[in-house]
Amino acid sequence: MARQRFRGGQKPCMLKDVRSGCRARVRCHHGTRSIRQRLLDLGFLPQAEIDVIRRAPLGDPIQCRIGSCCVVLRGSEAAQIEVDEAETPRDAEHQP
Amino acid sequence: MNTTPATAAMSLLVGLAGQQNAGKSTIFNMLTGANQHIANYPGVTVDKKYGSYRYGGTRVEVVDLPGTYSLSSFSLEERVTRTFLLGDKPNVLANVVDASSLQRSLCFTLQLLELEIPLVLVLNMMDVAGRSGLKIDTNRLQHRLGVDVIPTVGRRRDGKQDLREAIRAAAVRREGKTLQPGYELLEPALEEMRQAIDQTNLATHYPARWLAVKLIEGDEEVLGQVTWHLGGGNAELQQAERLRDSFFEQHGLSTADYMAGCRSRLAADIVDFCVTETKKDRASLSELVDQVVLNRFAAPVILVATVFVIYHLSIVKGYDLTQYWWPILASLRALASDLLPAAGMLDDPYIRAMGLWMVDSANALLNYIPIFLILFSLIAILEDSGYMARIAFILDKLFHAFGLHGQSTLPYILGGVFAGGCAVPGVMSTKSIPDEQSRMATILTVPYMNCLAKIPFYTLLVNVFFAPYKSWAMLFLSTITIFFALLVARLLTSTVLKSMETVPFVMELPKYHLPTLFGVGQRAIERTWQYIKKVGTIVVAVSVCVFTLLQFPGLSEERHGAFHDKMDQATATFRAKIADTPHGERFADDKALLELANLYTDYRTAKLNAGSGAAGVDDKFQAAAPELFAFLKPADQDAKTVSTALRQLDSQRKTLRRQIKEEQIVGSFLGMIGKGLEPLTQWAGFNWKVNVAILSSFAARESSVATIGVLYQEGAEENKSLEERMSAETKDGGFTPLHALAIMVFFALYPPCLATTIMIKVQTGSYKWMLFSIVFPTLLGFVVASGIYTGGSALGLSGIQMMAWFYGLVVALALATGLYKTWSDKAPPIVRVPDFRTEKG
Repeated sequence: MARQRFRGGQKPCMLKDVRSGCRARVRCHHGTRSIRQRLLDLGFLPQAEIDVIRRAPLGDPIQCRIGSCCVVLRGSEAAQIEVDEAETPRDAEHQP
Repeated sequence: MNTTPATAAMSLLVGLAGQQNAGKSTIFNMLTGANQHIANYPGVTVDKKYGSYRYGGTRVEVVDLPGTYSLSSFSLEERVTRTFLLGDKPNVLANVVDASSLQRSLCFTLQLLELEIPLVLVLNMMDVAGRSGLKIDTNRLQHRLGVDVIPTVGRRRDGKQDLREAIRAAAVRREGKTLQPGYELLEPALEEMRQAIDQTNLATHYPARWLAVKLIEGDEEVLGQVTWHLGGGNAELQQAERLRDSFFEQHGLSTADYMAGCRSRLAADIVDFCVTETKKDRASLSELVDQVVLNRFAAPVILVATVFVIYHLSIVKGYDLTQYWWPILASLRALASDLLPAAGMLDDPYIRAMGLWMVDSANALLNYIPIFLILFSLIAILEDSGYMARIAFILDKLFHAFGLHGQSTLPYILGGVFAGGCAVPGVMSTKSIPDEQSRMATILTVPYMNCLAKIPFYTLLVNVFFAPYKSWAMLFLSTITIFFALLVARLLTSTVLKSMETVPFVMELPKYHLPTLFGVGQRAIERTWQYIKKVGTIVVAVSVCVFTLLQFPGLSEERHGAFHDKMDQATATFRAKIADTPHGERFADDKALLELANLYTDYRTAKLNAGSGAAGVDDKFQAAAPELFAFLKPADQDAKTVSTALRQLDSQRKTLRRQIKEEQIVGSFLGMIGKGLEPLTQWAGFNWKVNVAILSSFAARESSVATIGVLYQEGAEENKSLEERMSAETKDGGFTPLHALAIMVFFALYPPCLATTIMIKVQTGSYKWMLFSIVFPTLLGFVVASGIYTGGSALGLSGIQMMAWFYGLVVALALATGLYKTWSDKAPPIVRVPDFRTEKG
């Protein structure tokens, strides 16, 4: 299930790279087994829309909103969720 | 259907399933009342809670299943739940859901429905849902799902009768069609699969449709089960695998993801159909609060302020409260003292000595009850309000750098991060940490926190040896333990715990709730009760052992005789002094004299304990012993003479008793062990008295101050404080602040008390870890203390200099470790560059 799909050699966009305050749509999970299941249980389903709200003061974990509930996850986990950025703000080029 | 419908005469087995935080436990309590038992599921440490009740002549046994988010087979809880549902085949399944987050709960409900067990949906926390503006049409929901839906408020016990009735009805119902989630694109394949399964003997063990769903999802446990039943490489497995692969090729999505999506859409659809939202501002209120509370700059300030408030209210104010609480405990001791056989002139009956020792050991611990009640109430408020989860969010990165988890915060705070706590509830609360590796690391490091019992010992040593730097020394002690805990956690997770299962940090941030008085009170009392139980059982039992070790083999006949001769001299002097008074004849009898002497001691103790209420003590003693009272508070000249002589007699008696006690300890088993260890402990600068204190404190750390008190008792009769006595004696004996530093650091790292180690056994489920939690800190503490003492002596550093150097070293080490881990996490993943030579063709 961890098979990655590269479209045109482009590096896939991961939830970890989405800036705070932006929205993304889940494409698929690269994680397997328990982490994948846990994320699915909490609503990170394919096509689900996710608002990245903020990072913790130390930069990690990441706080997201799915529907009406808030979920926090570490960057290492967010790096396994492939997303499409749904609304990219203009200054996205400045992101680290 | 694979469950047999039960008739009213039979007994029913009901499984209580639900997601975490759905209020399953309150529903369980509501159904079964006090009739509960806890056992373990075979082979695992997950608690199996079961209870029973009678309803309409039927005995209903309820099993509280562990809280799980779904019914896959990845986590232990999920496997336990599934094994129970498929193996024990309960007659009815009561699915507790949180009405305020219905959609996610329904995803789980849909998975339960596939098991084809008669189900009752318990719509719990209806009040919360109502307050957040959700109107749930239970009739529509009932209709859509095809099962009974019972709205409840577990905390208020609303809906108890309805639920009991619905469970009974569901058990005997034969018709009715429950909803089965459909999987759209996969339906034809599922049907084919189901038919194939119907041909095999698997259908007798599992619901066929469920098995088909799981096979196509690729559930590893089910794949294993099918292989076990039908042998590897059978047609069904191959068929399922082909199907999964071709689906992935076609849709770019795994079947499992797709099926989870189908269930989720169905749940969303049901929610749309049954729930109307009347106000939408509830969620945004939580978010507004979060904007401040989780703000990058404000968050650390608010966190520190919160911890400070907890410290101030529980420890500072709590100590004030113990002033009112201690007299109650002292009166308990007085009561025990009255009940036990009376004291002898010099030797007490063993039963009395042991009884009082036990009461004293227990009282030392029970003294902290007001502090714990406040501390645990405040922590419960943090938990219930939702802030605790946010603390975990804020601190996770810090903890993670040392192999711990954001949720290690709560155990650390309970254990007494700097304020003083107790490791027993601290270790208990590690239960909620999902990551096994972090959980073990937390369990093994919580005991390094400053438990309340360590503090009197620290205070004693700091007052004697670091008086000019008191606040610095206390700051040193309260923070160095955190750095040590983090370093040890890092060490353990990268060595002995390395192979343990780790679970990612994914956590739901609950919305803010206003905690209820009942909820907070219940939790605070429950945790305090755990503490009291520890005192009542383990500590008392161990105190008996320590007592025995300190008491035997006892004094030699010769020494014993010498003390008795001295006592006889004292009584003779007393009698000579009062011979001229009319009372001279009265105390010629030893028994009468003993009675008077004991009464005098009781009177002095009562006076000391009573403080301002001293007048009441006089009345009490006058009423209890009207004849002898005249000598306690003399009115005429003759009585005064007796009283003066009595005071001298009492003083001599006390001195002799202390001397006996000290000689007894020196010659006792524990004293011998302490002396025997001296050659080894000299590297850390510990003399045998310190060794004895350390050994006796294993029962409970409180006893260390008491033991030291007995060992350093010269001068006690002049009413010098223990500080003064210790200071005078130890400084003569060449005891320096460097010695004290080594002892304090050893005490900070020293193994947990017995009660904590037992809790570690309970939480880790193994004696091996319990033993580890004793041996490792002892070695660590000894090595570090030896380093401080031997190193400090070699370098010619003073106590406070060594303290500063040592602190700097530990902090630097902790920072380096933490930064190294963070840095190594950031290192870019290794990208495999294809080898172009092989790709030439």
